[in-house]
Amino acid sequence: MRIKLLQNRVLLGRQSVSSTCTPLGSTMIHSLFLINSSGDIFLEKHWKSVVSRSVCDYFFEAQERATEAENVPPVIPTPHHYLLNVYRHKIFFVAVIQTEVPPLFVIEFLHRVVDTFQDYFGVCSEVVIKDNVVVVYEVLEEMLDNGFPLATESNILKELIKPPTILRTVVNTITGSTNVGDQLPTGQLSVVPWRRTGVKYTNNEAYFDVIEEIDAIIDKSGSTITAEIQGVIDACVKLTGMPDLTLSFMNPRLLDDVSFHPCVRFKRWESERILSFIPPDGNFRLLSYHVSAQNLVAIPVYVKHNISFRDSSSLGRFEITVGPKQTMGKTVEGVMVTSQMPKGVLNMSLTPSQGMHTFDPVTKLLSWDVGKINPQKLPSLKGTMSLQAGTSKPDENPTINLQFKIQQLAISGLKVNRLDMYGEKYKPFKGIKYMTKAGKFQVRT
Amino acid sequence: MEQGSLLAKISEASCNIRSVLEMAGSLQVTLKPEPSVEERELANAAADQYEQNLTVNEDLKQMLESNKDSAKLDAMKRIVGMIAKGKNASELFPAVVKNVASKNIEIKKLVYVYLMRYAEEQQDLALLSISTFQRALKDPNQLIRASALRVLSSIRVPIIVPIMMLAIKEASADLSPYVRKNAAHAIQKLYSLDPEQKEMLIEVIEKLLKDKSTLVAGSVVMAFEEVCPDRIDLIHKNYRKLCNLLVDVEEWGQVVIIHMLTRYARTQFVSPWKEDPASFSAQDISALGMNQDCVIKDGVLEEDNEKDFYESDEEQKEKDQKVKKPYAMDPDHRLLIRNTKPLLQSRNAAVVMAVAQLYWHLAPKSEAGIVSKSLVRLLRSNREVQYIVLQNIATMSIQRKGMFEPYLKSFYVRSTDPTMIKTSKLEILTNLANEANISTLLREFQTYVKSQDKQFAAATIQAIGRCATNISEVTDTCLNGLVCLLSNRDEIVVAESVVVIKKLLQTQPAHHGEIIKHMAKLLDTITVPVARASILWLIGEYCERVPKIAPDVLRKMAKSFTNEDDLVKLQILNLGAKLYLTNSKQTKLLTQYILNLGKYDQSYDIRDRTRFIRQLIVPNEKSGALSKYAKKIFLAQKPAPLLESPFKDRDRFQLGTLSHTLNTKAIGYLELSNWPEVAPDPSVRNVEVIELGKEWSVALGKAKKEKPTEKFYSDSEEEESASTTDTESESTSESEKEKNGKEEGSSMENSESSSEELSDSESESKEGSAKKKFKTTEESDSDDTEKKTKMISKKRESSGSSDSESSSTEESSSDSESESDSESDAESRKHKNAIASKVSSPIFVPMKTHELLHRMSGKGLAAHYHFSRQPCIYGNQMVSVQVTLTNTTDQKLENIHVGERKLPAGMKMHVFNPIEFLEPEESITVSMGIDFCDSTQTASFQLCTKEDHFNVNIQPPVGELLLPVTMSEKDFKTEQGMLTGMNETSTTITVAPQNSTRLVLLEKVVKAANLGVVPSGQDNIHRFSAKTVHSGSLMLVTVELKEGSTAQLIINTEKTVIGSILLRELKPVLSQG
Repeated sequence: MRIKLLQNRVLLGRQSVSSTCTPLGSTMIHSLFLINSSGDIFLEKHWKSVVSRSVCDYFFEAQERATEAENVPPVIPTPHHYLLNVYRHKIFFVAVIQTEVPPLFVIEFLHRVVDTFQDYFGVCSEVVIKDNVVVVYEVLEEMLDNGFPLATESNILKELIKPPTILRTVVNTITGSTNVGDQLPTGQLSVVPWRRTGVKYTNNEAYFDVIEEIDAIIDKSGSTITAEIQGVIDACVKLTGMPDLTLSFMNPRLLDDVSFHPCVRFKRWESERILSFIPPDGNFRLLSYHVSAQNLVAIPVYVKHNISFRDSSSLGRFEITVGPKQTMGKTVEGVMVTSQMPKGVLNMSLTPSQGMHTFDPVTKLLSWDVGKINPQKLPSLKGTMSLQAGTSKPDENPTINLQFKIQQLAISGLKVNRLDMYGEKYKPFKGIKYMTKAGKFQVRT
Repeated sequence: MEQGSLLAKISEASCNIRSVLEMAGSLQVTLKPEPSVEERELANAAADQYEQNLTVNEDLKQMLESNKDSAKLDAMKRIVGMIAKGKNASELFPAVVKNVASKNIEIKKLVYVYLMRYAEEQQDLALLSISTFQRALKDPNQLIRASALRVLSSIRVPIIVPIMMLAIKEASADLSPYVRKNAAHAIQKLYSLDPEQKEMLIEVIEKLLKDKSTLVAGSVVMAFEEVCPDRIDLIHKNYRKLCNLLVDVEEWGQVVIIHMLTRYARTQFVSPWKEDPASFSAQDISALGMNQDCVIKDGVLEEDNEKDFYESDEEQKEKDQKVKKPYAMDPDHRLLIRNTKPLLQSRNAAVVMAVAQLYWHLAPKSEAGIVSKSLVRLLRSNREVQYIVLQNIATMSIQRKGMFEPYLKSFYVRSTDPTMIKTSKLEILTNLANEANISTLLREFQTYVKSQDKQFAAATIQAIGRCATNISEVTDTCLNGLVCLLSNRDEIVVAESVVVIKKLLQTQPAHHGEIIKHMAKLLDTITVPVARASILWLIGEYCERVPKIAPDVLRKMAKSFTNEDDLVKLQILNLGAKLYLTNSKQTKLLTQYILNLGKYDQSYDIRDRTRFIRQLIVPNEKSGALSKYAKKIFLAQKPAPLLESPFKDRDRFQLGTLSHTLNTKAIGYLELSNWPEVAPDPSVRNVEVIELGKEWSVALGKAKKEKPTEKFYSDSEEEESASTTDTESESTSESEKEKNGKEEGSSMENSESSSEELSDSESESKEGSAKKKFKTTEESDSDDTEKKTKMISKKRESSGSSDSESSSTEESSSDSESESDSESDAESRKHKNAIASKVSSPIFVPMKTHELLHRMSGKGLAAHYHFSRQPCIYGNQMVSVQVTLTNTTDQKLENIHVGERKLPAGMKMHVFNPIEFLEPEESITVSMGIDFCDSTQTASFQLCTKEDHFNVNIQPPVGELLLPVTMSEKDFKTEQGMLTGMNETSTTITVAPQNSTRLVLLEKVVKAANLGVVPSGQDNIHRFSAKTVHSGSLMLVTVELKEGSTAQLIINTEKTVIGSILLRELKPVLSQG
């Protein structure tokens, strides 16, 4: 029955699509549909003539085939359109295009849209978007003109359309003023398009967070198969006027491959290995980098595991212990262990030496929130698994995914040397924080 | 006045506060700020939804009509909410469009949103908003001008095409680069609305391409790609400028420009790939050794070159010189490659990918390697970005393994990756496999085979099979590994292994009897049809190697034949046939039994196959000559299947495109052309100073400019004298010219940097001529120069920006002067208007009558009307209309008069005096005056008799809203000169041959519109003048006949809407016979 309905929908879709198709689709992004996980289109926006929402039926078809949301192909061809989608925050952002276009162009733009929403509303969810539909519409209107990106810098957008706050909503209703900025922004026209003019702060401060993530695959015996460090420097700069900053490192050679915020002067980096930039106002990602794979990566934790299934019995043994390895004397915290158990595992009865653990018998996902690692008393999780009787033992032991955090440490050894400010008279307050986290950290067992 | 507004504000505020309180109340109850009407609506049953909808809209209409901004805003917000949900709000159009001129910015913006959505559906009403935008286009604030242009061009109403065209033309010459950027965007919109405007739009594109602002560059190239991607000639002069601006263009523009320049470069430069092999990097050579066919197919090497590979460099060089001139890269080609490199560091994945594809398609093979690091970096990004990047890497890694080999481990699969990412990574790993890394890879693959994701495990087995065929050293290892998998517990894994083993054995027709035996045993357990079919095929094919087992298998299969899948049945038949031919003693009966079973099978295919096989192998009197060859037919050597990457054929598409991702040609895909054999003339890219100077520099600092240029010349001459070889001096003189163009109006630092660039290109040509012998040293040299250039061009960047700023301000100041000039002109024009426009008597044309009331619907009263073309006696602003009333009944009609009138706002009407009676068969003509306000809106009124009243309406053709004016040719020209720009609409039309004579043309035009003929001195130009009846604005029409029966039709008037309508109506008049 369900299938038949769907087919009908598809059929209808085809008809109306062919009728609304314009001969010349000179737009990059024609329309945008926002679809929630239960398959409702809860927002649509068209930058040119209207594309019937029945075009999304092709998307639903693909979604059904993919079974899982993350397996939905990002590019779906239909007879007259192409659907490019990204999946974030449990929402599919589906862009409709008609002609050849670099797919990354559209995908990157959609991600930028999501980032902007997040920036505006704090979270990006269906409820929030529905509640702020007017602001969303106004923002989308500014971001694209005729399907081509116009203003995507959040600094500029926020000048054009002010993000809603509770205070502003109240003030607006009393005074009758609006979200739309009455001062037209100048940023888009200036030499520094990412920074608005006339910024003023009483406390001038600039904070930089150096955050490094370790991506690693560790094999059964505990040796590293592959490990890489990816880092970012996120900044929160609240400085008056037009400050010109330079940031230098003790050991810039470590940075193997970098990508910059457009504000960074690339030529200066090439020649002197110094980051020189006029910062955007507020939060932004200054730089992301990669530490070359040639350098040996210190792995700060290890996992001892003993997971065994036996053919004959319906019980399996499960035991894992997590311990610190090369931590440079810092504590490892926020440790979280997750593992996707094989289908044959019916239930697990485990006892952790610390922290909380859960096992979902439906999704077979085991997660153990360990917390801090105390080197004197290593956390462990022991117990038995009950297996489905009659089926043979699984081929593969489950992979263990690990999350952790180490404060005040950049595992690559990267160190900021100094931060200087030019162009303004005052003395800003400066701060630098280091942190190391697990990225995609997997232990095969 | 002020007090009044203050009071209004206070009352508004109090009202607002009340609403806040109300809201607060509702907040407490529902925790929702606005219990929206839509929600309530949803709650209601579907049955009364329609009704509900009506009342909702009524309610919204009232709010829109209120004079409080807050109410209007609230209404607009709700309407936008409806649009967002995809609900129809079109019936509110009249109420919404009124607010287009609202002072409140947010209301205005929301009205814009609404207009863009619905203007297409309500074209007539949308026209009402046009004048607001036209006014805003002249606003002193650039942002207002830009947004007006944006909205105006987004209203997809064909009738305003000429207005849009004018606005675009105007805006493309605007002082503000931001407005010019919007003009570039508007070009695409207009083009998709009316492709006929192409030629004129190309002119605008050409103009904007010359623009030096980074803001404009991306948008205009976008327009170029949409409107005229084939007009590569427009790029020549701007090529170097685009290359140099690229770094500073916003990221989205960068993507578009890079893609365009890639196409451009492939048509203009010769291939950098036909180098001698000595210049290959070590990596490439290793790739070459391993996978020769692959590289050769790619066209990198010709076969004779391949032989030369082993000869010494000296010999190679000699040979090469004989064969062809040494390759030297065009400096422009180098410029592009060099200037895009920094963009690999962009945070925008699309930009990085664009540069990567540019390097792939344009750079010498030895240099393309630098993109791999950046591409690998993108793999840290979101799932969707990863997917696209991995696909592109897969295509690249087939042709040039060396590029990604160092990053092998970055493609290792994680259990948490989505399946599509896993399979793409696997694909790349397989492509990268070679003798050196195969053992590590196979170990890695072993983990994957055990994956819980069985689809992925199956793909891994395929990959192992491919590795086994590609790398002969590991074939046996792989085969053994796969055989081990045959005892896997998972059926899919086993089935896939069987299929792959089958292919492997076929490529390796050695003695693999053991494996076949092993597989024969599997037939008892395995149920997957493909696998069973594969095993049977193998046994049949190599039945001579397993002479004892094969008949036994056939026996078993005969037993289960009826229960097998079609695929398996076909193979059983095959096996039977083959055994019958080789070992008929043991299997004759069995085969016949199977053939009998097959004869009565349900499937056509099986029955057909059975019939075919029986005829071939079982000898009988009917079977002809073929059965003699049965053995040869069935047991011929079969070519081994090629285990190929599914990405093999993707390289026919440009990397990074949608078509590449889909592996089919997408709509609008532009083929990347092959390198030309001989480079087209490179001098087309030289930009002459004079030409540009005329266009752009507004008489500023001419003296200042000359000095540094002089110095620059002498500088470069020194450089030149230092250089010796021919090619060198050629390239220097070229780049010298280039400098001239690029840096016109620049200061001293620029000339410095330009000389730097000179030396750079010089070193390159040296590189080419020096025959790569000193490759390594050369390279380090050029590296150094590159670094130097970078430092200097960085300096230039800073100086350059300040430079352009100052020049632009100067430009603006001088231009604004000219603007004020034109304003004073406008003043004088108005004055002159009054004198010049003397209304002349209309030229006689045959009267054209229109029906007002048909006698049938008028119960015997018929009415016709025509436009007398005389000045109206009732009022200066009225058009005079003659109405002829006829009585077709056999009775007297009494008291004929005009009843109720329904006129659009502003329109007036002077009615005729009531007619007391009209005798049967008699008719009477009366005159009326109607003030149409210079619009083609309809005047509706009632025509009444004593008993009845009939609704009638008069809609004037645009040509009747005019009164002819006499003026001399000279006056005409001066007036026309003042009505240019926004006030001019023009089009090119084809003129029917019979219309091209003067008399016919005049008659036709004058018949269509009430125009006065202006005496003309030229035979091919015809001019007409008139003024609009209501406002007295001049309407100047020029028809200029050209060769080949085309003509340019130009209308100059302040009333652009009427002008464009008139233009539209005159078009068919002239083109039809």
